[in-house]
Amino acid sequence: MDYVLNLILIIIVAIFVNNVVLAQFLGICPFLGVSKKVDTASGMGMAVTAVLVVATIVTYLIQVYVLNAFGLEYLQTIAFILVIAALVQMIEIILKKTMPALYQALGVFLPLITTNCCILGVAILVIQKDYDLLEGVVYALSTGIGFLLAMVLFAGLREQLDLADVPKAFRGVPIALVTAGLLAMAFMGFSGVDGGLKILFGL
Amino acid sequence: MNNFKVLVNGIIKENPTFVLLLGMCPTLGTTSSAINGMSMGLATMCVLILSNLIIASIKKLIPDAVRIPSYIVVIASLVTVLQMVIKAYAPDIDKSLGLFIPLIVVNCIILGRAEAFAAKNGPVASIFDGIGIGLGFTIALTCLGAVRELLGTGAIFGVTLWGENYGMLMFVLAPGAFLALGYLIVLFNKITKKA
Repeated sequence: MDYVLNLILIIIVAIFVNNVVLAQFLGICPFLGVSKKVDTASGMGMAVTAVLVVATIVTYLIQVYVLNAFGLEYLQTIAFILVIAALVQMIEIILKKTMPALYQALGVFLPLITTNCCILGVAILVIQKDYDLLEGVVYALSTGIGFLLAMVLFAGLREQLDLADVPKAFRGVPIALVTAGLLAMAFMGFSGVDGGLKILFGL
Repeated sequence: MNNFKVLVNGIIKENPTFVLLLGMCPTLGTTSSAINGMSMGLATMCVLILSNLIIASIKKLIPDAVRIPSYIVVIASLVTVLQMVIKAYAPDIDKSLGLFIPLIVVNCIILGRAEAFAAKNGPVASIFDGIGIGLGFTIALTCLGAVRELLGTGAIFGVTLWGENYGMLMFVLAPGAFLALGYLIVLFNKITKKA
């Protein structure tokens, strides 16, 4: 029972309290780069979520059965980034053959994901936090959902912003950053929720 | 372009943070104080200079089709070395920068300069490009860190400037990073007369 409650806690913390973009600053490039329209933002969010889950499983297995088993922990960064790069390529090829519709929808975003730091970041965090495989997968999935949520909210705000009369010097990235700051402020309202839930769950 | 121009180009005209808007994750994530921002900038600069030098020296040996993975291996090895050095000699910095040290690998500035500059120029010019872009990044991160530290805690580099009771904690926390960077970019645009 405690294990299930722990998983629920991981989900809530990863989506709201420690939101990957707005609190941990991972994956800012796509967050600023492809958030001009809600549909592209949600496409990117879903692609990242899928890659996050697969990459976490593979890097976890590599850490446990290759790096730890042979005492090669210091190769973690090199091994993980190569695995992630190869994995993204493979997912691209598999999607192209099996699900051409989804591939079409995600097409542009897939190659960009290799350099999205939230993939490597989450892979390393799962090892650092000593999660087991299931916890790691749940954490990766909820981090992805948190990313998707932030992307869609931000894209919605930016669509509205197009209609606003923004001072010339602020046009483009600066106003986007200020908007992101306000969004991050809203998410700060969730801080402390994790402590309360821990007491509530008796963990 | 002579080497001095390459250097200045990296600091002002192609400033990675204020103009090219690359490497945003460490820019926002590690600048809660001036000293943190500066350490992150210097760490990135080390990797950038060495990766530019190595890639410019071995570029003729790398087949075109596998050049990006090869660059990534070079960068990841350098980052691993740096990570060990920081852990051994500056454990405080390791603690405050944390996850963002291994994440230098996916900093798009480094791969971007490898592809855009080091792959086309000689080793010496590439070193100067690394120093220029690295300094531009370090200056930007130190500025952002200083602004956030000053507004958030009333201190710069740990030296308190006004009353102990002062504090707008928001600027040290996540929202302040976005806001401060947004306003700094506006200021940079005003100064370089682009807007």
